[in-house]
Amino acid sequence: MKLYCLSGHPTLPCNVLKFKSTTIMLDCGLDTTSVLNFLPLPLVHSPRLSKLPGWVSKDGTINLGKELKECAGRVFVDAQPEFCLPERELLDLSTIDVILISNYHCMMALPYITEHTGFTGTVYATEPTLQIGRLLMEELVNFMERVPKAQSATSWKNKEIQRMLPGPLKDAVDVWMWKRCYSMQEVNSALSKVQLVGYSQKVELFGAVQVSPLSSGYSLGSSNWIIQSHHEKVSYVSGSSLLTTHPQPMDQSSLKNSDVLILTGLTQMPTANPDGMLGEFCSNLAMTIRAGGNVLVPCYSSGVIYDLLECLYQFIESANLGTTPFYFISPIANSSLEFSQIFAEWLCHNKQTKVYLPEPPFPHAELIQTNKLKHYPSIHGDFSSEFRQPCVVFTGHPSLRFGDVVHFMELWGKSSLNTIIFTEPDFSYLDALAPYQPLAMKCVYCPIDTRLNFHQVSKLLKEVQPLHVVCPEQYTQPPLTQSHRSDLMLELQPPPMPYRRCSVLNLPFRRRYERIYILPECAVILALT
Amino acid sequence: MPEIKVTPLGAGQDVGRSCILVSIGGKNIMLDCGMHMGYNDDRRFPDFSYITQNGRLTDFLDCVIISHFHLDHCGALPYMSEMVGYDGPIYMTHPTKAICPILLEDFRKITVDKKGETNFFTSQMIKDCMKKVIPLNLHQTVQVDDELEIKAYYAGHVLGAAMVHIKVGSESVVYTGDYNMTPDRHLGAAWIDKCRPDILISESTYATTIRDSKRCRERDFLKKVHESIERGGKVLIPVFALGRAQELCILLETFWERMNLKAPIYFSTGLTEKANHYYKLFITWTNQKIRKTFVQRNMFEFKHIKAFDRSYADNPGPMVVFATPGMLHAGQSLQIFKKWAGNEKNMVIMPGYCVQGTIGHKILNGQRKLEMEGRATLDVKLQVEYMSFSAHADAKGIMQLIRMAEPRNMLLVHGEAVKMEFLKGKIEQEFSIDCYMPANGETTTVTTNPSVPVDISLNLLKREMALGGPLPDPKKPRTMHGTLIMKENSLKLVSSEQALKELGLNEHQLRFTCHVQLQDPHSDADTLHRIYTHLKSVLKGYTIQHLPDGTVIVESIVIKVSSSTEDSNTKVLLLSWSYQVQIGPHSTLKKVIVT
Repeated sequence: MKLYCLSGHPTLPCNVLKFKSTTIMLDCGLDTTSVLNFLPLPLVHSPRLSKLPGWVSKDGTINLGKELKECAGRVFVDAQPEFCLPERELLDLSTIDVILISNYHCMMALPYITEHTGFTGTVYATEPTLQIGRLLMEELVNFMERVPKAQSATSWKNKEIQRMLPGPLKDAVDVWMWKRCYSMQEVNSALSKVQLVGYSQKVELFGAVQVSPLSSGYSLGSSNWIIQSHHEKVSYVSGSSLLTTHPQPMDQSSLKNSDVLILTGLTQMPTANPDGMLGEFCSNLAMTIRAGGNVLVPCYSSGVIYDLLECLYQFIESANLGTTPFYFISPIANSSLEFSQIFAEWLCHNKQTKVYLPEPPFPHAELIQTNKLKHYPSIHGDFSSEFRQPCVVFTGHPSLRFGDVVHFMELWGKSSLNTIIFTEPDFSYLDALAPYQPLAMKCVYCPIDTRLNFHQVSKLLKEVQPLHVVCPEQYTQPPLTQSHRSDLMLELQPPPMPYRRCSVLNLPFRRRYERIYILPECAVILALT
Repeated sequence: MPEIKVTPLGAGQDVGRSCILVSIGGKNIMLDCGMHMGYNDDRRFPDFSYITQNGRLTDFLDCVIISHFHLDHCGALPYMSEMVGYDGPIYMTHPTKAICPILLEDFRKITVDKKGETNFFTSQMIKDCMKKVIPLNLHQTVQVDDELEIKAYYAGHVLGAAMVHIKVGSESVVYTGDYNMTPDRHLGAAWIDKCRPDILISESTYATTIRDSKRCRERDFLKKVHESIERGGKVLIPVFALGRAQELCILLETFWERMNLKAPIYFSTGLTEKANHYYKLFITWTNQKIRKTFVQRNMFEFKHIKAFDRSYADNPGPMVVFATPGMLHAGQSLQIFKKWAGNEKNMVIMPGYCVQGTIGHKILNGQRKLEMEGRATLDVKLQVEYMSFSAHADAKGIMQLIRMAEPRNMLLVHGEAVKMEFLKGKIEQEFSIDCYMPANGETTTVTTNPSVPVDISLNLLKREMALGGPLPDPKKPRTMHGTLIMKENSLKLVSSEQALKELGLNEHQLRFTCHVQLQDPHSDADTLHRIYTHLKSVLKGYTIQHLPDGTVIVESIVIKVSSSTEDSNTKVLLLSWSYQVQIGPHSTLKKVIVT
C-alpha cells in the first residue's frame, strides 16, 4: 500500500492512496497563495495601480517592466493571477478510480484533475460540499472573467530571470506549473462526475474496498473518510473541528481501530483562540463604526461568515449598531445565504431543532428580513445607489487580489477612520496588503480557524489509537517563527510518518486475511472433526 | 436454516394502521405504527397485545421505523410508546420527525377536543414520544446495535418519505412504506439500488391500476376546476395539509397565472403557511427542478393562494378551497362539504385514496344520501370527481421496483385483498419468486439461505494461486486445500500447517507403500539403475531422479530395491507415496509404475 503526496500545503491536501488495487485520491486542494505574487484586478480603472513603475534589475540589464510592477519595495506580476496546482507528474492521473472530497475548500482543484487528464472515475462528496463547492468555483470564475486580462506573463518564470528577482517571487516553486483559473464549462463538467453520499453511507468500490464519509464538524457537509476492507482500515482526517459552530458535530468514535490514520487540515492559527478572535472582531467593528469609519471584512462567501453574521445578530442591538447597514457583496451572496438554510440534516442539533419549528436555522434570515443585512451580486447596479456610509462590508476574495474587495481597498485605504478586519486564516495579511501600501486604513488581524489544534488532536489520537499516523512534515516540527513551542507539533509514539510534496510513502501494512464466502450448498456438507 | 418472519398487525390485506413486525436474525423490528381512519373504536390502533400481553414492548422490540408522516403510518406512535410502553429507538427521517408531531397534535385535538374522547394520548405524550426519535439521513447506514443495520432510501410519496433496508448479517428485508415511481410537480421518484433483499415488503394500494400519464390527469383536473369556476360553482378539494396539497397548489398557481384567473383560491387551517415553510427548509427532499431553481424562485411561495376563513364558505361567487382532512371524515373539509353538498353547481374533487367507512369513500362509491350524526340525512347534489393524485406506485411502478431491488421473495401489504391476489399472480409469473400477502395477525415465514463468511489466510490464497499459474481464471472453479477453523463464532480458512500450529496438534504423515517382486539377477544397484533408465524412457515429462543414497524418485513417489533374503535373484521393489499422491493428480502415475 502506497501514498502519493501531490500537495505540500497541509490544509489544502491532495494525496493518492493505492490500496488493494484501487487508486483513491483524497481531496483535491488548490493552493491559492500563489496569487499573492500578482497585482490586484481592479473592478474600475485604478490610476494608482496603472501608474506603478515597471521592474528593472539593479544593474539595468533585465527590463521586465511590462510583466512586473513594483509597489512599496515589492515586485508583483501584472497578469491574471495563477494558482499552484497539485503535482501532476508523480503518477498517471488517468488511473485514479475515485476521488473523495472532504469539504468544499478542499475541492477547488477538481477541474484541473478531472478534465484533460483522461480521468474516468467517480468523485464522491456530500450534497452541501457539492453545492457550496460549486458556488465557490462559480465565484472564482466570475471574479476572473469579469476583469479579463489578455496579458499573460511568462518571461519572469525563466529560471535565470527568476533567480534575479527579489523575494518572495524568487523563492516561488514550480512556477511553470502555475495555471490560470478554469472556465465555468470545465467546472460543470468536473462536477457532473460527482456522486452524492451521506454521512456513514457505505460505498463499495469494486467489491475490494469500502469507503464511508464521517461528519468532521468543520463546515456544512464536511467529512473525514474511512477506507477499509474486511481486515484493514485507513482513516483520512481532513479539516475537522470540535467547536460548537453550525455544522453537525465531529464523529470521533468511528475513527477507532485504524491501522493508518492520515492526518491533514489542522488549524493554521494554533495560537489564536477562535472565541477570543470573535470578540476582538466585534469590538473593533463597533469601535470603527462609532468613530464614523467603515469596516471591510475580506472573507469567503461561505463558512465562517455564517458564524460571523450569527455573532453580529446578537451583538448589533447590544452595541447600538441597529442602524448601521451591513452589506454582503458577492456574485454568490444570495445563493450562499439561501443554501445555508436548506441543509438541516447537516447542521448541529440546535439548528435542527429550529428547522422542526419550522424556522430558518440561521438568524441571517431575520437580518435580511429586517433590512439590516443586504446582499448584492456586485458593487455595480443596485448597490451603488443604495450604499450608505458608515457601513460594514463583507466581500471576497480574502487574498485581496480579485473580487469586489479590491474596489473597497482602493476606496477606503486612504482614510485612517476605516478598518479592514481579516478573519480568514489562509493568507498572510501583510502579504495580502502589500500591493496597497502605503495604507492609512487600520488593519486588524483576527484569524478564525476552527480546525483542530495540537492539543485537541493529541487527545483525539489518544482516544482513537491508530497504529500509525501519516501527516504533512509541517506538523512534525514547531512553526519556524516559534521554534521553542514544542507544544505546536505532533509528538507521538511511534513517531508520525511525515510527507511533503512529491513524497511516496510505503504504508506499514501486513495483510494476513481476506474475506471469502462459503456457498450455502457447500456449507451444509461440511462436517466438524 | 435461518428464517425471517413477517407479521402485519395492520395493513395486512387492508389499507390503514400500517404496522408490520419483522423478525430477522434474532432481531425484532416494528415497521410503521399507524392508525385506521375508518374506525373510531379499538380497531383504530394496531393490536399491540399480540407482541406481549403484559410488560413493556421495549423488551421485545429492537427498534421502530416510521416510513413517513401520514397518520395511517405514525398515528399510533404516542399510544404505543407512551401508553403501552416502549423506550427503545424510533427512527424516521428529518422531515418526518419535524412534521409528524404536528399532525399527531392535530389528530389529538380533533379526537379529544371535538369528539370529546377520553383515554387518549396527550400533548405531553407526543412530546415525550418524539424525544425517543433518532433522525435518519438518506443512504446513511445506521447501526442500531452491533448486528442490526438500517439504511433509508428516497420514496417520493410525501416530503421525507423513505423506504428502509434492514440488514442482519447477510440477511435483509426492504420495507417500502408508501412510494411513488414517477416524479411529480414537487417530489422526485423513488429509487433503490440492487440490494437483493430476502424479502421486499411493498405497499400495493394501486395493485391493479395502471395509471395514464400524469400530464393527462393534470389537464383533466384543471379542466374540471376551470369549468366549475366558469359556471360560478365552488370547488372543494379535501386534502391532507402536507403532500398532495402542495403539488396541487403549484399546479393551480401556475394555471391561474397563465390563464389570468381572478376567482380566489383558499387553503384552510393555519397549517398552510407552516407546511409551506417545511417545504422551503427541506427543499433538498423535493424534485430536481425545484431544488435547482429555489434561489431564484421558491415554488412554495404562492401568490394566488390565500388563507381560508370559515366565514368565506358562505361568500357568493366561485372559489376553490383546499381543506383538511383528505377523506372527509372530520374537520373543516367535512363542514364545508355539508354546506356545499346541496348545490349541483358545486364540485368536490377527491385527489386521493379514501379508506372504507369515511364519507369520502361513500360518495366515491356513488352514495347520494348520507346518514349524518343525529339521524339527519344529507342529499349529495354536487358533482363528485375522483382524481388519482395520491402518490402511490401503480402496478407498473411496483414491478419496476422489483426489477430494481431484485428480491428473493415478495410480500404485499397496504392494499385490498382482491387486488393483491391479482398482483401476486402477476409477480409470481413474471419474476418466478414467491409472493406472500398475509392478513393481519398472520405470520409469513421465509427460509433464507445465507452464504457463510470466512476469513482466508492471505498466505494460503497466494500459495494456491501460484499452484495454478499466475492468475486465477475467474470463470473456472478451482479446488483448494485448507483447514477450516471455527473459533469464537468466526470461521478461518488456513493452511494445514498453520492450523496444526494454532491448535497445538502434531502432524501425522500418512504414507502408502507396496512391494513388487521381480526376477533379476543383477546387483541391487544395477537393478535400480535399469528401473531408472526404463522409467525415464517410459515416463516422458516427469521429473525422475536417481539419488546417490540408492533411491529413485518419480515426482514424489520413492522407489527402493532390495534383494530377497532367500533368493538373491528375486528383487523386492519398495514403493512409497504420500496421501497427496494417493488422491492427487499423480495417482495415475502411481498406477503406471506399479503395473
